[in-house]
Amino acid sequence: MAGKDHDHHHEHGSELSETELRVRALETILTEKGYVERAALDAIVEAYEIRIGPHNGAKVVAKAWADPAFKTALLKDATAAVGSLGFISRVGDHLVAVENTERQHNMIVCTLCSCYPWEVLGLPPTWYKSAPYRSRAVIDPRGVLADFGVELPQTMQIRVWDSTAETRFIVLPLRPAGTDGWSEERLATLVTRDSMIGTGLARRPDEATS
Amino acid sequence: MNGVHDMGGMHGFGPVEPEPNEPPFHSTWEGRALALNRAMSYAKLWNIDKSRAAIEEFPPQDYLAMSYYEKWALRLEKLLLEYGLVGADEVAAGHALREGKSLPRTLAAADVEKALTRGTYSRPTNTSPHFKVGDRVRTKNINPTTHTRLPRYARGRQGVIECVRGFHVFPDTVAIGQGENPQWLYTVLFESRELWGESADPTLRVSIEAWEPYLEPA
Repeated sequence: MAGKDHDHHHEHGSELSETELRVRALETILTEKGYVERAALDAIVEAYEIRIGPHNGAKVVAKAWADPAFKTALLKDATAAVGSLGFISRVGDHLVAVENTERQHNMIVCTLCSCYPWEVLGLPPTWYKSAPYRSRAVIDPRGVLADFGVELPQTMQIRVWDSTAETRFIVLPLRPAGTDGWSEERLATLVTRDSMIGTGLARRPDEATS
Repeated sequence: MNGVHDMGGMHGFGPVEPEPNEPPFHSTWEGRALALNRAMSYAKLWNIDKSRAAIEEFPPQDYLAMSYYEKWALRLEKLLLEYGLVGADEVAAGHALREGKSLPRTLAAADVEKALTRGTYSRPTNTSPHFKVGDRVRTKNINPTTHTRLPRYARGRQGVIECVRGFHVFPDTVAIGQGENPQWLYTVLFESRELWGESADPTLRVSIEAWEPYLEPA
């Protein structure tokens, strides 16, 4: 049942994996029984492919960098603060923003499953759901960061948040130097998904992609 | 349950392997598996902890071998059978052989946005939290054979209450049909040495979210 084998088949031929056939059969059965509507399934897939992704979180972070009052509100009650922006559909309760400082770096994990702030970051990447990340983040976060090519000063405090309840965390990364006077839109181009999980840092201005 | 899903602190899984420009789904069926799970959850027959428990109950060798969405697909099949919404004969046939049962609610395309917004897990209460910010606590050494959200690496450990999060649905009971039984929820902070011993990274601190029944005064 290894996923990599299935993806291999999928990429190189028309052979359908056992799981793919099972999922197709389930969809047929559930549709025929009137439990699900295909249009609703299509809308869910489309939402996660297009609308709900880390671009939403990047806007929140950029706003917090540019607007001190918003940052204060975000750190106090992230659900309410993000909800007040309007450009993201309502986020669920219990969203918590944690701030990186010159002294402390934050990292988010769910060791028990894969809890992740879907509404602001979209679907969790495969590595976030993987055994290597879930096992090591709480015991060897510097080793995990090294896997991402990130090295923090030895004096930096590291704080790992294990998402064991329905609280969901998003990291507010440090604003890169050399961005004074940047618009929120431009700042958002520096905010990577990984910087909001804590396995990366925000891009420097010379690393900006657009 | 002391399952293989409870991975914090385990060794031997190798490096984390980020995938540049990872797509939302690697195959079409992954998106369908996710959507089917979401649409059926909307019926409110089972809750999120029951769903998690269903995955944790897979045999450990299967849990480790399956991809994330393979687990989701098989979990849905398992719950559909358990709740009698689909028969094993229908799964084998790949088609419905009987009419569907009536569900508390079904998801229409127009309601998808609403369905994708997480609900609230806090509940009203007239009780007060037993602990306050700054209190020293010890997590209990519990080993239930059923669902719990107290990870093994943080059992029997001393920490400090950092935040009182509210009065939340208690996974340990709601996952096994014994009701929401809401409890006070806290963020509990541990020094790395308390969790991992003398050789721990001294700059590291780890927090868990812990319900009051997991805690006792230290």
